[in-house]
Amino acid sequence: MMDLKTLSLVGGVLVLLGAAAAVVHVLKRRTDSGIDPAIVETFRLRLRAWALLFAVLAATFVIGSAATVVLFWAISFWALREFITLTPTRPGDHRALFWVFFLCTPLQFFLVGMRWYGLYSILIPVYAFLLIPARIAIAGDAKRFLERTAKIQCGLLICVYCLSYAPALMTLRLPGRPAEASTAAEIGDGVMLGAQAPGRVSRSAAAAAADPGQNARLLFFFVFIVQLSDAFQYAWSHLPVRHVIAPAISPTRTWEGVLGGAATAALVGGALWWATPFPVWMAALMSLVIAVMGFAGSMTMSAIKRDRGVRDYGTLVAGHGGVLDRIDSICFAAPVFFHCTRFYLNMAESINPLA
Amino acid sequence: MKRLAFPPPVEVQVPRGALTERVAGAGLALIAKLISGFSVRWFDCVPDTCQRVYFANHTSHLDAIVIWAALPSEVRHLSRPVAAKDYWEAGAVRRYLANKVFNALLIDRKRIKVHQSPVDLMLREIGHTHSLIVFPEGSRNPGPEVGPFKSGLYYLCKKRPDLECIPVYLDNMNRILPRGEVLPVPLLSSITFGPPIWLERDEPKAEFLHRARQAILRLREI
Repeated sequence: MMDLKTLSLVGGVLVLLGAAAAVVHVLKRRTDSGIDPAIVETFRLRLRAWALLFAVLAATFVIGSAATVVLFWAISFWALREFITLTPTRPGDHRALFWVFFLCTPLQFFLVGMRWYGLYSILIPVYAFLLIPARIAIAGDAKRFLERTAKIQCGLLICVYCLSYAPALMTLRLPGRPAEASTAAEIGDGVMLGAQAPGRVSRSAAAAAADPGQNARLLFFFVFIVQLSDAFQYAWSHLPVRHVIAPAISPTRTWEGVLGGAATAALVGGALWWATPFPVWMAALMSLVIAVMGFAGSMTMSAIKRDRGVRDYGTLVAGHGGVLDRIDSICFAAPVFFHCTRFYLNMAESINPLA
Repeated sequence: MKRLAFPPPVEVQVPRGALTERVAGAGLALIAKLISGFSVRWFDCVPDTCQRVYFANHTSHLDAIVIWAALPSEVRHLSRPVAAKDYWEAGAVRRYLANKVFNALLIDRKRIKVHQSPVDLMLREIGHTHSLIVFPEGSRNPGPEVGPFKSGLYYLCKKRPDLECIPVYLDNMNRILPRGEVLPVPLLSSITFGPPIWLERDEPKAEFLHRARQAILRLREI
């Protein structure tokens, strides 16, 4: 179950979403508000997606970290589906795609679940990277070989590898995490850290009683800041001063929006420092990094969509939600946030080993 | 266009089969939905239990199952896919699925006799209650193109001009389970049901088949 801090973070976000839903509901009723109904409708749909995302995320925290990994596997699977559906492949890619969906994707999340950092951090960039072109070559179709290979590799890296770093936050060894987890932590990290420092286990065990929900909070904090900075980038881009970044990619994204959104995310993230293992300034800095990476992800996925001539991954096949539209920024921000956090914690520990 | 007069439809209660088969049917429909990730669109057409001939482009072994699975359950159990006997009689699982679960009408492609023409067999089997799911191209296309139609659809309609012919366009199914593959890749696809067409009085065969093919191609643009 959840402790007080986790409960206030999760509850706070859900209350915020509820309040936003109420505002949108009123705006939808009133035609004289002077706001474009299309914007209200877009915002309403987004809110629904967020509410669903955060509610499911909160539910998996109650069940446990394995449930979170499975949840992200499902999201990953669906996103990859959308990505490959959009990407033209040839019949010769069929077998390679089969392995991508049914071997690489589940294996990546399985390794994340068993905390094998040494393998899951290279499984797709090295082994899947080599497997895909080899399998396509064996199928014997040389037409636009490099292009096809690159598209599948790109889809796998963005939708599976990058996204898997979000549930990997659940496996990070934070100061004060549960003892059972730290003994099994990070098998492939070169050295068995648990064996190297026997004192740490007991310290963690002592701290664990105080704070078992720290990893769940970190993940929730991360997803919340990504979505928040997305929303605020959109909001700030409606300022009267507009310097559009790349009209051919996204006509609505402005530098003002990005700066405003990133600054807002940093402020909110700093204010939420109590939910994270960071001090205030570090929480703000991390939020800034998340916002910038989220922006990079949205721009990249917009470029792919523009190239393929679709507006949303959701409209590609009518009736589907467009999972990839919602998680593009998470995909880019997750690995960077994970590694920054990991680096920061290692630094903090080496400077002050008793902290 | 004047439609010919026909006896009014008779309300017949069709037994829905044993519980295990119904559960297996619902399960199969769900699996088909999960694997092919299809979304269904009804364009100028609504699901109905009246007798219909759903005719679709054919690119995958999944085609018959996904159209069947895309129909609402009260229409589904009245609709029988027409499928190749040599494929669906091979192996116990396929035979069970074809005969018991989605109630396929299996046609022997190798031995077609004058007295036992597939069209007569289909008409006899559907009676005045069932609908058919057919693929007028005859066999699966390797790519997304729609090939020329064989004449079966025409003869079917000539003998029963009261049947509503519903064009169905299947998109992306050829990438999910292409010709010659056993294992599916779970991409997303869509199934579009279009407005019905009928065989008009004295309409030549070639003209009707062309019109039917165009009805499917039009759904591609929507």
